[in-house]
Amino acid sequence: MDLQSILIAAGSMGGLGLFFAAGLAIANKKLQVEEDPRVTRIMEVIPGANCGGCGFPGCAGFADAVVKGKAKADGCPVGGADVAAKIAAIMGVEISGGERRVARCMCQGGLEEIAYQGEYLGALSCIAATLVSGGKKLCEFGCLGLGDCAAACPFDAIKISANRLPVVDNDKCTGCGKCVDVCPRDLMHLHPISYKVRVLCQNHDPGRYATKVCTRSCIACGLCEKKCPFDAIHVIDNLAVIDYEKCKHCGLCATVCPNQAIEHIRKKKIVKEDAAAAGEKTAVSAAQP
Amino acid sequence: MKPSTFKKGLHPEDYKYFSRNQAIETLPLPDDVYLPLQQHIGAPCVPLVKKGDRVKTGQIIANSEAYVSAPVHASVTGIVRDIEKYYHPLGMRETMIHIQRDGEDEWEYLEKIRDWKWTPKEQLLKTVRDAGIVGLGGATFPTHVKLNPPDDKPIDSFILNGVECEPYLTADDRLMIEQADKILLGMAIMMHILDVQKGYIGIENNKPEAIARMQKRIVELGYPFKLVPLKVKYPQGAEKMLIYSVLKRRVPAGRLPMDVGVVVNNVATALAVAEAVTEAKPLIQRVITVTGDGVNQPKNLMARVGTPFTELFKACGNVKDNVHRIFMGGPMMGMTQYHLESPVIKGSSGIVAVSGDLVEELVTFPCIHCGACVKACPMNLLPLRISRFGQRGMVEQLDEYGVTNCIECGSCAFACPANIPLVQWIKVGKLRLREYNAKRAKEKA
Repeated sequence: MDLQSILIAAGSMGGLGLFFAAGLAIANKKLQVEEDPRVTRIMEVIPGANCGGCGFPGCAGFADAVVKGKAKADGCPVGGADVAAKIAAIMGVEISGGERRVARCMCQGGLEEIAYQGEYLGALSCIAATLVSGGKKLCEFGCLGLGDCAAACPFDAIKISANRLPVVDNDKCTGCGKCVDVCPRDLMHLHPISYKVRVLCQNHDPGRYATKVCTRSCIACGLCEKKCPFDAIHVIDNLAVIDYEKCKHCGLCATVCPNQAIEHIRKKKIVKEDAAAAGEKTAVSAAQP
Repeated sequence: MKPSTFKKGLHPEDYKYFSRNQAIETLPLPDDVYLPLQQHIGAPCVPLVKKGDRVKTGQIIANSEAYVSAPVHASVTGIVRDIEKYYHPLGMRETMIHIQRDGEDEWEYLEKIRDWKWTPKEQLLKTVRDAGIVGLGGATFPTHVKLNPPDDKPIDSFILNGVECEPYLTADDRLMIEQADKILLGMAIMMHILDVQKGYIGIENNKPEAIARMQKRIVELGYPFKLVPLKVKYPQGAEKMLIYSVLKRRVPAGRLPMDVGVVVNNVATALAVAEAVTEAKPLIQRVITVTGDGVNQPKNLMARVGTPFTELFKACGNVKDNVHRIFMGGPMMGMTQYHLESPVIKGSSGIVAVSGDLVEELVTFPCIHCGACVKACPMNLLPLRISRFGQRGMVEQLDEYGVTNCIECGSCAFACPANIPLVQWIKVGKLRLREYNAKRAKEKA
């Protein structure tokens, strides 16, 4: 092998290498995609479970949407308040209305309370039952109790109780709103967690029908309307509706409701941290007769 | 000659022996009638009367401006008691006009037509609409819309549907035996409106008496119609199946019979048209079969629209104690009834009460993909797939697998050895697809 062929090989390979290197260099400059550095930073703070609870395709999709302004900083339901604060810091915005919202079924018509129209033998799903006379419960506004909301919940926060009503675990609920979308009777509502007074009935029928179908129905009697000192509750279209801008959550309306259709959560029920302390106190008081 | 038929389908036991030989009886006028504002496909009607008004039999009490709609007539003479929500036989509560009868019939007739052969088409169509005539086979599509196809769709054939493939029902069978002349006249009038020369009558082979009677009258009265005996098979009476059986034409997916030049109408509709045109009577009564082994005396009754089911059962010696389920319509496509005070509507072809002896306790098992539903589906769909997509809400796949072509005949659910409520899930799928499309259209706009 002579020197000339070695030189030709080295020269041609080197030339090709240089040519491609130049091509890559130009392509790098010309075709560069400007990625917002904030997307990567948001990706670092969100949980990264790709659950889809935000409604975007995966966490990367959500981060992208936040930067583009399509999603809000508090849009990640899993991350909660602290992740929302971090995202807000990255984006340089303030979180509006920061209170956590949880779902609640606006019906108390379980197996014990409701009247029946017959037996239901079809597919065990709320939406399927609404297509054929609406299941076995007589009320046409109430909960069907077949658990579409529980099946749709990505966080296992909804359980169907023995009374066939959905019970929401406030600790697990992230307020993603999937149950709100699937409920064929629009009974799942998202409310800020601090709300203590709610009308747990959606029956728009006049009282004479509403009493027939359920023992816990709103019969549009108007007692709550008269009792409310803040003019915050009104009977609209045969159903009591609370105006939460005026409501002070005093619970007076709940005390007068003849069918207990209005719920008033008292302090004991929501403050769980105090439960242990209260337990100690009772133990102490029991020890000292 | 071998009877004509379509492909696939199935053979349920027909149980027609309960009421086959019972001549049509006219039910005494009911004291109260409940008339739903929506008894047809299309826009709901608006009431034209108010509480306390006195109405005459045949008076229009609710109407709509929309083209695809049909007016509702008072079916007895009496006073409007209230306009309230009552239980509708198709489930849920609907607004109905409650009329309390206060005496014998005082008729209010339609505009008289002297000779239909020399009456313009538009006037006949108007009479059909004013008479409130809808498809009485059960689908309740307004007949005047069917009889007025757009100009770009030429119609060359007319098929009269006397198949009555649903088990138990014998209303059309009895009508053909007893009212053959009027039915043939109604068919002739509809063919005159459509300007069609070729007329066919499809009747299933399990009605030999009706076939013989109709054939005899066709020959005697000199009509140019062809009677086609059909093989006993479910769902022979479904519009698209019938067109294939009689004319061997296939209706393309997502299209209507008028796209292949055919209009199909039920025998009871033909009778209603004949009565509206020659006797100026609006549609206020229909023949309804009250049958099943849960009824003491199964009968075919001529009942006023709006009669509560309880009145019908009273005329049939009441239901037995061991009655398990009551359907309106046939057992394949009918709706289970929860409330016996529901009224007869224009689309009620029968009420079937079955006792516990004939109903198996249904336990649902998982799908093993045996393909029984695919073998049964007359529309060549894959019910197992579509029902699963409906359950999961997979709308794009639903569209791809042609869920909208399903005619909800119930063959798949009948064939399913695992008792899966396939049709119900397919209905859920249709609902979800409709919601999804509406959402998409809204986003685009």
